[in-house]
Amino acid sequence: MTGINAKAASVRFENVSKVYGTKVTAVDNISLEVRAGTLVTLLGPSGCGKTTTLRMIAGLEMATRGRIFIGEKDVTKLPATDRDVSMVFQSYALFPHMTVMENVSYGLKFSGFDKAETKDKALAGLGLVGLTGYGDRLPSELSGGQQQRVAVARALVLEPQVLLFDEPLSNLDAKLRRQVREEIREIQQNLGLTVVYVTHDQEEALAVSDEIVVMRNAAIAQKGTPRELYEAPADAFVADFIGEANLIPVDIVALDGDTATVRIADYTHRLPSRGLPQGPAKLAVRPSRMRLVAGVGDGVPAVIDKATYVGSRMEYTVTAAFGTVFAVLDDVTTPFRIGDAVTISFAASGPVLIPASQPS
Amino acid sequence: MRTVSLEQTTHPVLIFWIIAGWVGYCILPWYGVEGFWSFEWLVDGWPLDDDYAPAAVLVGVGQKLWLAPMLLALAAPLLVLGRRKTDPLYAQVLIAAGGFGFAWLVAQGLGIGLRGFTAEWLTTLFGTLDDRQFGMGYGAMVTASAFLFLFTHGIAARGAINGDVFVTSAIGGVIAVVTIFVFFPITKMLLAAFATDDGGYSVLGFFPKFFDDRIWGLDCLSGGRCGVAWNSLLLAVLVGVLTTLLGLAFALVLTRSGFRYKRLLRALTVLPIITPPFVIGLAIILLFGLSGTVTTSLAAMFGVEATRWIYGLPGILIAQLLAFTPIAFLVLIGVVEGVSPSMEEAAQTLRANRWQTFRTVSWPLMRPGLANAFLLGFIESMADFGNPLVLGGNFDVLSTEIFFAIVGAQYDQSRAAILAVVLLGFTLGAFYLQRFWLGRKSYTTVTGKGDAGVHPPMPNGLAYPVYAVVALWSAFTLVVYGMILYGSVVQLWGVDDTLTFKHYLTAFRIDWTEDGLRWTGSAWDSFWTTMTIATLAAPLTAAIGLITAYLLTRQTFAGKRAFEFGTMLSFAIPGTVIGVAYILAFNVPPIEITGTGLILVISFIFRNMPVGVRAGIASMSQLDKSLDESSLTLGANSWQTFRAVILPLLRPAILAALVYSFVRAMTAISAVIFLVSARYDMSTSYIIGRVENNDYGLAIAYSTALIFVMLAAVGLLQLLVGRTRIGRRTSHGEIH
Repeated sequence: MTGINAKAASVRFENVSKVYGTKVTAVDNISLEVRAGTLVTLLGPSGCGKTTTLRMIAGLEMATRGRIFIGEKDVTKLPATDRDVSMVFQSYALFPHMTVMENVSYGLKFSGFDKAETKDKALAGLGLVGLTGYGDRLPSELSGGQQQRVAVARALVLEPQVLLFDEPLSNLDAKLRRQVREEIREIQQNLGLTVVYVTHDQEEALAVSDEIVVMRNAAIAQKGTPRELYEAPADAFVADFIGEANLIPVDIVALDGDTATVRIADYTHRLPSRGLPQGPAKLAVRPSRMRLVAGVGDGVPAVIDKATYVGSRMEYTVTAAFGTVFAVLDDVTTPFRIGDAVTISFAASGPVLIPASQPS
Repeated sequence: MRTVSLEQTTHPVLIFWIIAGWVGYCILPWYGVEGFWSFEWLVDGWPLDDDYAPAAVLVGVGQKLWLAPMLLALAAPLLVLGRRKTDPLYAQVLIAAGGFGFAWLVAQGLGIGLRGFTAEWLTTLFGTLDDRQFGMGYGAMVTASAFLFLFTHGIAARGAINGDVFVTSAIGGVIAVVTIFVFFPITKMLLAAFATDDGGYSVLGFFPKFFDDRIWGLDCLSGGRCGVAWNSLLLAVLVGVLTTLLGLAFALVLTRSGFRYKRLLRALTVLPIITPPFVIGLAIILLFGLSGTVTTSLAAMFGVEATRWIYGLPGILIAQLLAFTPIAFLVLIGVVEGVSPSMEEAAQTLRANRWQTFRTVSWPLMRPGLANAFLLGFIESMADFGNPLVLGGNFDVLSTEIFFAIVGAQYDQSRAAILAVVLLGFTLGAFYLQRFWLGRKSYTTVTGKGDAGVHPPMPNGLAYPVYAVVALWSAFTLVVYGMILYGSVVQLWGVDDTLTFKHYLTAFRIDWTEDGLRWTGSAWDSFWTTMTIATLAAPLTAAIGLITAYLLTRQTFAGKRAFEFGTMLSFAIPGTVIGVAYILAFNVPPIEITGTGLILVISFIFRNMPVGVRAGIASMSQLDKSLDESSLTLGANSWQTFRAVILPLLRPAILAALVYSFVRAMTAISAVIFLVSARYDMSTSYIIGRVENNDYGLAIAYSTALIFVMLAAVGLLQLLVGRTRIGRRTSHGEIH
């Protein structure tokens, strides 16, 4: 039986811009590289240009400026038909008048395979997504998750240099979402595919990616591995977008090599300076990295505003002199009560310093 | 495995067009040949005989030397055969060759006619030309197409529309045919309106003729007769208002009442669409004419003199109302259904009663749709020719006046052209209003989301009058159709009421002789011509309509709005105007096709194309664009996508376009009556001829037969096109 192999290639953007009409800039001077065989996620709020970027890789939108390479080839001017890229659409875009088999064979027909090969490849593709035996169904006779897998199989069987996913999980319910994203990741890693994946769900992005590109206002805000983005966000936007973060205004009062000493009210805390100068900055602290102790201690005094029991943990809204923060504690047996006086401090690792003002 | 066409040196389609260009130039007869498809010319002196010679031979023997420069344009593309598509030279050569070839071909066609140069300044420039040329034939047509598509290949290679050859070619093709068969004849006609008797053009001569009292006179206010323009306008406004109200009544009964036999009602309103327009006029005569049933019985009952009151405004009005109410209904049913039930339900939960809901929510939301229906009725009435011809009496309207100016004793082309300009002005004005004033004011609130609500029933105060109107009108329609059926089997209406199949026999007699089957009925000739022409025109109309719809909904390109306006324009051009324009434009070279079947086919294509476009646009906007895009990313090109994904999903639209263009080709009269010839007579013009000879029996029998043929054809098409199996889940939860 014919298997599905990967011909993974890299994708490179060199100073690419996309302008609609004369005024609307959807993508502004982006450069990025997706290494062959990796899964890269484009993450950002709606309207940030991530889908436009994806569609430029597919050839469904043409770059206004700049150059796009797939592998070593310049594909900037090539239309979608002529690019060796396939895409899984948010709506799946399964052809409603064709059976599952016909859908999966569709692209193969145009790629010069003979009938037997087409059939073998299509069957292999269906097997890969666990839909062997569903070939004769119509898309409308499948559940949402199955339709999604047909869409994946249809794209996979072409052995594209790059496989694109446009918010593939947004039409699935929460449980299915976790399962399908793991399947996608597994297939990608087993076959060594180059995948570019668009989502606005940060958890999804963290779970599936080798690398994440966070976009904001048509430009790249930061790129890096999930861990880098989560633990060392470049600015407040990224810190807040990837997992929640409390952004606490601080003053860097001393620098000692790479270590900065920051002051929050009367409390000082030492952590890596990340190249920031002395003066005002912000401290990004994940809710789970907040430490709360009862009474007065070493830290910032605060008062519990809200306390919510969510089963596995407690969630607190705490007000201190610098403002309101959100904290999550694992201790559910002896929770704080509203109005309790507490002292805030931070875990040794986790909190990071970021510049005080957003780069615009 | 996947071939990337960037590496491909030559597109096979390009090779095809290069070969086609050479075939058209070197093999096919350049000028028009009568009976081309019999291929008698092949054995009748071709290729050397002057009449049948291809351009290459003509140039070779030193004739028609102005055809020679096209050789350059044919040869140049051969140079790029080995080159890559991305090579700038590839695009430049194709654009230059295609553009020059096409321009030269058009220029020589327009510049040199039956008597040498067609314009004064050409003679002054080049001296008198002793040679002349006739209308272009298949050779010229094929070569012209080749030039056009070489040009679009070049444009695509330069990167227009992402380098998509199919889309650029489709755009180029549609623009070319619409220009040749809509804009060119209309321009010719406009020029004719300025023509003076001695063959020149004069603006000064235009105004007195344009403001003639016979067109704009207002004498009827003081007891005389008004100008035709006012007559037409009055009629059109009345028809517009009344068809809108009647259509609305039907639409309300269908959507907002508990009426049980809705399907029947729908069928009743659709019936007039498959009826030749003047047939209703005939039935009106049978009912209300001098010897009509109603007239004679009323005369007998009340002892009054039977009059010819029906001839004139009342008759035309009634006939047009019968004929065009269904059109208003079809527009309004969409509008009335389009008002989201949830809005009406919201109003009800806000303590509005049914009448208040209707008055404050439903009615305002329908208003733009009503205006739309009014304008459609207005345009249709203006353009109608059959009913005024049959029932007009002394009440002249523009469309019939134009006809008599051309075919009557007056034979005044310039007057016909001026009347046509007036008519065109009215319809284009209405068309303009409809598009630019109403186009933006649609409140139709149907979204992709399911709307679970139901329309509330009409308030009683409205329901009863509406029911009454609908019931009366339905009964009247039934009577009219009964009359048509009955009239076809009566010996001589009003005189001899014995039943007979005589008329059917006269028209459709088939004799079995030793020579085999003989179609001896008098109607067979025109019947088979009509069938052939309708069968040829329908698929072509559907094809060009759907391709245009595809371009308009799925592609973006410079000048798209103008493109859309141009393609929809022919909708607003009345058939009579098209008829006059075609006669003026295609009676002389370069395109000399009057008197052929071709001109009939062409006129149907461009008369009915807008309906194909609308049907296509409506259903294509229901298809998610990601379907096309996924097909493209899967490696299909835009033509393959169109064929494999879009077309199969468009079957309902294809069916609608096919049915409509077939039916219209069978029933149309206004343009046809100018374009028929002894050899290619159409059913409708044959019937009108019978009517003018007072041979009502035969005319009605023939019309009845046509109605049944169309019913059969519609059913057959439905079978042929079939349904696309998309499949819906029948029960939930069986598959997970």
